[in-house]
Amino acid sequence: MTATATRPASSDAPPGRAKPRDPEEDEALGKAYDPRIVSRTWEYVKPFRARMALATVLMIVIACANLAGPYLIKVALDYAIPNEDTGLLLLTVVAFFVTALITWLGTYGQTYIMSWVGQSVLFSMRRQLFTHLQRLSFSFYDNMEAGRIMSRMTGDVNALNEFLTSGVVAIASDFFVLVGIVVLMFTLNWRLAAITMLVLPVIAIATHLYRSRSREMYREVRRQNAIVTGHLAENISGVRVVQAFAREDTNRAQFDAVNRENLKRLLKATLWSAGFGPVITFISTVATVIVIWYGGRQVLGEEMTIGSLWAFLSYVGRFFEPINDLSARYNSMQAAMAGGERVFELMDTPPAVQDRNDAYELPRIDGRVVLDNVVFEYLPDRPVLKGISLKAEPGDLVALVGHTGAGKSSIINIMLRFYDIKSGAITVDGHDISAVTTESLRRQVGLVLQEPFLFSGTVRDNIRFGKLDATDDEVIAAAKAVNLHEFIESMPFGYDTEVQERGSTLSQGQRQLLSFARALIADPRILILDEATSSVDTSTEKLIQTALEVLMRGRTSFVIAHRLSTIISANQIILLHHGEIVERGTHAELLQREGHYYNLYSMTFLNAPADDSDSVSPRLEDVPPPPIAFPASPGGRPSNRA
Amino acid sequence: MTILRRLLGYAYRYRLYTVLAYICLLAGIILGLAQPIIFQQVIDRGLGSIGPDGQRGDLPFLFQMAMLLLVVNVTISLLNFGMSYLNEFVSQRVAYDLRNDLYDHLQRLSFAYHNRAKTGELMSRVTSDVDSARIFTGQGVLQTVNTIVVYVAIMGLMLALHWQLALLSLITMPFIGYAAVTYGTRVRPMFSRMQRQWAQLTAVLQENITGVRVVKAFAREQYESEKFATENQVYLERNIAATRLQALIYPLMIFISAIGTIMILWFGGLEVMRGNLTLGTLLAFNSYLQRLAQPTRQLGVIISWVSRAVASGERLFEILDAKSPVLDRPGVSPMPPIEGRVVFENVSFAYTIPAVPGAGAALQPKPDRLTETGFASERGAKGGRHDDDKSSDKKRRELFGDTPSGIGETVLHDISLAAEPGQVVALLGHTGSGKTTLVNLIPRFYDATAGSVRVDGHDVREVQLHSLRRQIGLVMQESLLFSATIAENIAFGRPEVSLDAIERAARAAQAWEFILELPEGLDTKVGERGVTLSGGQRQRVAIARALLMDPRILILDDATASVDMRTEFQIQQALQELMKGRTTFVIAQRLTTVRNADQILVLEHGRIVQRGIHNSLVTEEGPYREIYDLQLRDQEEVMAQMPQRAR
Repeated sequence: MTATATRPASSDAPPGRAKPRDPEEDEALGKAYDPRIVSRTWEYVKPFRARMALATVLMIVIACANLAGPYLIKVALDYAIPNEDTGLLLLTVVAFFVTALITWLGTYGQTYIMSWVGQSVLFSMRRQLFTHLQRLSFSFYDNMEAGRIMSRMTGDVNALNEFLTSGVVAIASDFFVLVGIVVLMFTLNWRLAAITMLVLPVIAIATHLYRSRSREMYREVRRQNAIVTGHLAENISGVRVVQAFAREDTNRAQFDAVNRENLKRLLKATLWSAGFGPVITFISTVATVIVIWYGGRQVLGEEMTIGSLWAFLSYVGRFFEPINDLSARYNSMQAAMAGGERVFELMDTPPAVQDRNDAYELPRIDGRVVLDNVVFEYLPDRPVLKGISLKAEPGDLVALVGHTGAGKSSIINIMLRFYDIKSGAITVDGHDISAVTTESLRRQVGLVLQEPFLFSGTVRDNIRFGKLDATDDEVIAAAKAVNLHEFIESMPFGYDTEVQERGSTLSQGQRQLLSFARALIADPRILILDEATSSVDTSTEKLIQTALEVLMRGRTSFVIAHRLSTIISANQIILLHHGEIVERGTHAELLQREGHYYNLYSMTFLNAPADDSDSVSPRLEDVPPPPIAFPASPGGRPSNRA
Repeated sequence: MTILRRLLGYAYRYRLYTVLAYICLLAGIILGLAQPIIFQQVIDRGLGSIGPDGQRGDLPFLFQMAMLLLVVNVTISLLNFGMSYLNEFVSQRVAYDLRNDLYDHLQRLSFAYHNRAKTGELMSRVTSDVDSARIFTGQGVLQTVNTIVVYVAIMGLMLALHWQLALLSLITMPFIGYAAVTYGTRVRPMFSRMQRQWAQLTAVLQENITGVRVVKAFAREQYESEKFATENQVYLERNIAATRLQALIYPLMIFISAIGTIMILWFGGLEVMRGNLTLGTLLAFNSYLQRLAQPTRQLGVIISWVSRAVASGERLFEILDAKSPVLDRPGVSPMPPIEGRVVFENVSFAYTIPAVPGAGAALQPKPDRLTETGFASERGAKGGRHDDDKSSDKKRRELFGDTPSGIGETVLHDISLAAEPGQVVALLGHTGSGKTTLVNLIPRFYDATAGSVRVDGHDVREVQLHSLRRQIGLVMQESLLFSATIAENIAFGRPEVSLDAIERAARAAQAWEFILELPEGLDTKVGERGVTLSGGQRQRVAIARALLMDPRILILDDATASVDMRTEFQIQQALQELMKGRTTFVIAQRLTTVRNADQILVLEHGRIVQRGIHNSLVTEEGPYREIYDLQLRDQEEVMAQMPQRAR
């Protein structure tokens, strides 16, 4: 729903992304009890089983205390008051006080214990899930949108919570109370009880039907509500376009339509759920009337005491609550089971890239990289790299060039072992990267992305991300090396300035420099760089270029190159086309050859028509110059930080 | 109070429904009071009396009472139904109106506002603040009235029945009230603290997921897990603390009301023994006391509803009261069809600083020094909602004011220029030199602080905004598309055009080729639920969108998005097509654009420091030469270096 001007899709992104998501998926419907899920969840609860037992005992005590209330009143009405037995009256009063106290403290204890257990379980589940997410490899993230992962971690885990904290114990408690009421009623007067029981199933069925229907209606409401919110969010983030195209009136009408639809559905749902009250009241009043009429005659016939009648009426009045509760629990149990299923499914997803059992630490490397006939595919039988072989000596600069989809990003992905290759081998200083631990490999391979991703936190935190135990001096040294120190110092809070998510604290260029510093402090032996093409102003561009030189110095570097200067200074240019290397060599060599590189180069850097050029043949005047960064304001927003 | 009154103003539009809802409420309360009386009658007369024939009880009366109870109860529930529906109707209408108002107001607020407002903050206002306004205008007011009426009525009745017992039983009420208020003032804030920590926890999660490449590349999984565990731990603690207090206080209220029952049972029982009270009255008394406990328990909830409504209302009206400085002046006429002559006359501009949500938080120190894990510090309040933070809101408003009292630094100084119809004006300069600001003055996204901007001789402030903007095309650096079909996106400015026209625009923008390859062509949805277009594809759709408007004046942020070289070429083609025959202001990035421009303006710190055409400027010493040397020259050299055949 949000506006789409976020990140452009990475140039050769794995296919199969961005499938429309089924909005129904996260809505729970189905079984209310699934033994597999319950037993999996039980594993988490097991450590707390003593507490669970205590909570259950408390629950029974509370229920008993609750049920005792009307009975005590009956005793007062039937025995104490008519017989003017002050002692007995005092006794019932004291007993009443005791039950009230038990109810209070018991409820406190039980609620506290259960939420403690539930939250502790959730805590460890979330932690485990998160740790698991860290282990999952890229192929998982390719097929799972961030939003869905989020909803697994939040919504689904919380649905399980329902089941834990309120579910099990509350269901048991409700059943206990229901049974208790029935038993007490039969004890008081079995004939009256039997007659009243006729109404009970009607209440239960009506309640359940009503609840299911209204839940469906509210689900529709929520869906429509999400549309309203989405519409709004998009309009806010796209407000500049809206105003530029003077679309306010059209949008207003559109919004009014979705907003009105939301209102309509809501009112429909309200009508339904508000109608629930009269129905239930009617049924339970019928029960009350039966008790008064039939019980009243019994009282008059001396077959029943007034106190019993009164207690009976109280119990009938308490009938509805546990039934309503149970019906609500049924729904939340459904949600819990569905949520649990998804949570455990996520937990059971094996990481596609795993350390071998005999994986060893990669020792400190010089940076000799060899790709030997590497074949790689995201989807079976659709190879994106078809037998790539290349060699880079320590300190080499290798430039990767080629059209979108040629396989440049894929090479980066497999070198960091974000994915495992299908066949062939990648070795670093002679160590096969699949034989060493991924952690030790990635520690020595630095990655600088096209669009720097910074974490919220301070500038210092972000630089230190590259080396957690870096001293302040090291952080400053890294910032100095990439020409960022002066700027950082000029900010009011210096290195403690918070980096905002998409905030205006740092410009695009500064964010890039910051990501350089982060890579630099990690001191990788191999550097992988997806060169940014986005435009920064002249002075920043100059800073970036010198910083790049510092960054690449003494490291083997693989660069998806966009800057002419980078390409020209490369020891090797690798020209990729449809997953194959079609040409390699230095800039001068390749130009000399007048082959593919020459064509690509002339088209992009000069846009002169090449031999096999496409239908458009521009005149020289029309030809766009190279996409070399040139002054512009970053972010496409009016620059108001004068 | 004024805020609550304004909120109620929204409900006032539906006063008829409100009045009906309240009639239902009052009738329901009165009938509800009859219930215990019926029970009393049943016990005292139906079952307890001695009839003339010496028989105990009064069977026909018992029957009447039973039927009466049925009638009363059903009526009450129907009244309740009417009340809750009508009330919900009114409050949902209020929410609907508020959302519509906010939506429309927000989309008309000027760029200056949106530059500083955070989308997330605005969203939370339109969602959760509208919600608390809704709850207040609906449940909030209703429950308040309900509580007061129930209190007065029940107390009166109890006093009438047996005043000593009534006073005695009322002793518990202050305690329940106190517990309820404590609940509202202590437990609820704990829950909102917990909520904030939850937001913090999800923020860490979200960041981790979106930044997964970086996390993995730096092998920081362990570190991230620890970071998450810390937040997770804090959440756990807050959750348990909040639940614990809640678990203590909520049943406490029930306990206190049970004490009331106990006192009635004891003293009332003694009174019955003495013959001063009937059994039925005693039981009726007990029922009334039970009924009183319920609204008392509600007290805490009501208090928190009201206080949240005040805070929320304040935030909502802050938006609704924000005045767009850019508005049609009264009586202005539409802009006639534009020729394309654009003149700036001694234009200066300074940003006004509007009061906007979440502003001022841009620079924020980290409250405490780095801890072991680096992220362990308390950041709960950051960027979050500020329920209890009225004072800072107020302070901010004092600082910035609702009206343009806060004037920022001047970003354009004394700009004069004239562009003839069809000319291409290239703007060059560093970040922050004022290029974007300058072009934003033409469609009047901002008003000049001094001087005037004229199009075909009309001051842009003297024509209808709408008619002006529709004749100006805009292609921004970041091409923002909406989640709709490609066709709808292209026809964004003119939803009524034919498919043919859309296709023509798409072809001219070099977008047709890739559109055909999409699963459903023009009808393919883009955006979150649809396909993801690449940066270059989006840019071409945006160009098609501008082309379709056939603007006379074109504003172009000539940026190179992260696209591959071939796409770049196609975009260039599309731009050339777009610029043909239009007065074009281009924030230039490319040598060709600069070389072909009819005028080049070099900006520095908001002033035009150089102007002319490429051939003359390149020979002068000055900023243009600097820019040229640093970047454009490379491009020239490439051209020179290329073997002759290519040229």
